[in-house]
Amino acid sequence: MEAAALAITILWSLLFVYAILGSLDFGAGFWGMIYGKNNQTSASQIANRFLSPTWEITNVFLVIFVVSVVSFFPFATTLLSSILLVPVALGLLLLTIRTTFMVFEHHAQRFRELLRVTSGFTGLLIPALLVSILPITLGGFVEFENEYPRLHYGELLTHPTLYMHIAFGLTTELFISAVFLMDYAKEADDWSAYYTFRKHAIWLGPVSIAVAVLTIGTFPAEAAWIVENIEANWLWFGLSIVFFLIGYGFLFIKRTDGTRGWARLAVISIILQYGIAIYAYGSAHLPYLVYPVLTVEEGFADPSMFYNMLIIYSIGFGILIPAFILFWRLFLKDRRYLKQE
Amino acid sequence: MDVVVMARALFGTSLGFHIIYATLGVGLPVMIIIAEVLYLIKKDSDYALMARRWTKGFAILLAVSIASGTIVGVLISLLFPNFMEIVGQVIALPFQMEIFAFLIEAVFMSIYLYAADRLPPSLRIVSIISVAIGATASAILITDVHAWMNTPAGFNITPNGDITDIDVWAAFFNPSFGVTAIHVTLSAYMTVSFLIASIAALRLMRRKLSAAERNYHKKALMIALYFGALTSLATAINGHETAQMLHEYNPRKLAAAEGLFETTRYAPLSVGGYTSLEDQRVKYAIEIPNGLSFLAGDRFDTEVLGLNEWPQELWPPLYVHVLFNVMVGIGTVLILIALLALFWKHVLKKEFPGWMLAVLVVSGPLALIAIEAGWCFSCIGRQPWTITDVLRTGEAATKSNSVNILFYLFLILYVTLLFVTGFIMRHYFKRNPVSNDLAKGSS
Ligand code: HDD
Ligand code: HEM
Ligand code: HEM
Repeated sequence: MEAAALAITILWSLLFVYAILGSLDFGAGFWGMIYGKNNQTSASQIANRFLSPTWEITNVFLVIFVVSVVSFFPFATTLLSSILLVPVALGLLLLTIRTTFMVFEHHAQRFRELLRVTSGFTGLLIPALLVSILPITLGGFVEFENEYPRLHYGELLTHPTLYMHIAFGLTTELFISAVFLMDYAKEADDWSAYYTFRKHAIWLGPVSIAVAVLTIGTFPAEAAWIVENIEANWLWFGLSIVFFLIGYGFLFIKRTDGTRGWARLAVISIILQYGIAIYAYGSAHLPYLVYPVLTVEEGFADPSMFYNMLIIYSIGFGILIPAFILFWRLFLKDRRYLKQE
Repeated sequence: MDVVVMARALFGTSLGFHIIYATLGVGLPVMIIIAEVLYLIKKDSDYALMARRWTKGFAILLAVSIASGTIVGVLISLLFPNFMEIVGQVIALPFQMEIFAFLIEAVFMSIYLYAADRLPPSLRIVSIISVAIGATASAILITDVHAWMNTPAGFNITPNGDITDIDVWAAFFNPSFGVTAIHVTLSAYMTVSFLIASIAALRLMRRKLSAAERNYHKKALMIALYFGALTSLATAINGHETAQMLHEYNPRKLAAAEGLFETTRYAPLSVGGYTSLEDQRVKYAIEIPNGLSFLAGDRFDTEVLGLNEWPQELWPPLYVHVLFNVMVGIGTVLILIALLALFWKHVLKKEFPGWMLAVLVVSGPLALIAIEAGWCFSCIGRQPWTITDVLRTGEAATKSNSVNILFYLFLILYVTLLFVTGFIMRHYFKRNPVSNDLAKGSS
């Protein structure tokens, strides 16, 4: 593969990882808020137990993504930063509020309610802001004035596609996190939480797929190019829907012990579904980073830096694999952690 | 106001905020290791308690240090895109490596924080040591980018701005990387020592204190004083080397630091005062004859270049002299404080009098002021360049005029967070006083 193509593939994979981790993280924050005051189910505790040790790692993946954009595609920084300054800066403000309040919540009983509601709401607002970057790259919202790119907020904010993208982002976030937390609750043998999350997964699944399909219908006129590419890629999108159906089906299977749902297999299928969809969407987006002003090729720099970075990546993740395994064992498998009071 | 000025203000403020928490994040894990090791050696449960309480404080601060770090990490690309375009081509490696340092720190911090009771002691120490390595490595790696901005290396730039002849490793090991990285690391360790001394001294000033509590705080104070004396001495010695590095690679900055206008041998060191442009000298300063020449080259007859060697438009703001003096002055005072306290304890073998505790209370905040002054000196002393002699700040910055509003929004956020973290720390440690933990331990 060519260096630039390899670079965008790696970047896209990082986006995929962050999309999944971020959905789990922000979704858990939201469920933690919804069920915080409810004594019927321990859904909130389960969500928070997952969140406490993992949010830092999720955050690092956000940073990896940003650093990789700049270092793989240095010639894209000028354009991207001018059009994304405001949405991304606002996202940073919210993210800071969320991160700090979420941690402070553990240390100040008295303000629990206020802190929890804040971190729950930002768990919806941040993904909404992040997905609103997607329509910007489709074309029609960026224009050059005196050789300087400007984002047309008026047009963006009044265009239905923005709101469909946000709806799509939020429904998938909540669906993925509900299915995952179902599995997490099962590891912890916590059936009240399990059935709570299952209930939500069941209605969120079809809604998220419906919204995703409808979103494509609202793409701006300038985005005809990507709609064409998506249609040409229909096989992959179809495969993604097949995995959705498989995963959704696993929610209903009755097990020998009488419980309903095969949570682990559902999670895996749903992650495969999103993986396929994200790569299919990514390849439909090529060759543009931002249509029509910036292509992948134009953003890419000298390959020697890129190959050095690949070496750093391999060494870095190589060193970290044992640490991740230890982490997995301690927080996602160890009953002593999962079942604590 | 001018977009470039606002971009600099926003970024400078964000870094000034991040560095408070980041410095603590670099130093605290080391203090926790010391306490854990002392516990292993002496089997004194006070040290285990210390490690646990410091970890709690660390966990609170870490949230803000990660959040503010994420802010500066993203803002740097948003506000200085033309700068990052060059960074991406020449010095992206430290940024990439830093990610792994963050991951190591994040993974092991969660393990140390939430799984300590399920781990054997050896794995616990391994975890906290990994946290310390991750934090120090991230400080060193980000400092590498900063050092490269001061003494750029590893590329050529054509007149129309294209970057050629890239050598990523020459950029990585740029001339000022070594000394600067050591200076940053040592000064972070020393700052945290003095902050811990401050807190312990503050507690010891209380009248109503049980013998067990008094004992506990004294032990914390002694760790802080020993480590503080050691690291502050090392910081000063290495600071001297840093100044010599400036003399060799960045003489304009050294001239501005010392308010020297004319190139001379036997140059005096001006302590205090402010640099006057009209009089071409530092006013109201105490002059140490030959001091600057000695600082720069270890000899009294070293020739030190003055600002007049360069056109005035290339001078950094003259007030950097004050920033430099604040850093060096505080560094000197803190060495004296630490040595005096240790002398009192070991030679006079007496309890600390109230005034000495009071002095120790201010030592921590002083060290933080030195950190801020040092960084501001280094970044402002580089002006008007973002990359010395390569890229001007005016060309590096964004042209988006939304920066104005963002500056005020972020300013409000930082001020609020400073108060809220202070408040949460007080709230938490008030509700869980040492006396409670000590009582739990002995029952
Ligand atoms: C507790 C903090 C502290 C203390 C006591 C000192 N320093 Fe420092 N100094 C820093 C904290 C610091 C810093 C914040 O870490 C800086 C800012 C940028 C950097 O690389 O380190 C720095 C930079 C810095 C620079 C500029 C490097 C550059 O711009 O490239 C010089 C020349 C010195 N220091 C010299 C000294 C000397 C001679 C000291 C004598 C006691 C001293 N420092 C004490
Ligand atoms: C030299 C001064 C600095 C020091 C000592 C320092 C140190 C630290 C430390 C200790 C952390 C917390 C590490 C963790 O657990 O993740 C941190 C976070 C961070 N810093 Fe800084 N930093 C400095 C300056 C900067 C600058 C200038 C940038 C960006 C250009 C930056 C980017 C970041 C980022 C992105 C994070 C968050 C990483 C995460 O998500 O965990 N830092 N820094
Ligand atoms: C964390 C402690 C730091 C503080 C308190 C600090 C302070 C400042 C200040 C006050 C400015 C504004 C200077 C002016 O425009 O007059 C500035 C600019 C800047 N600093 Fe630093 N700095 C720190 C560390 C770093 C590091 C580690 C880097 C390298 C990655 C860095 C990169 C920059 C850049 C790119 C600018 C903007 C361009 C410029 O004004 O030259 N800073 N910093």
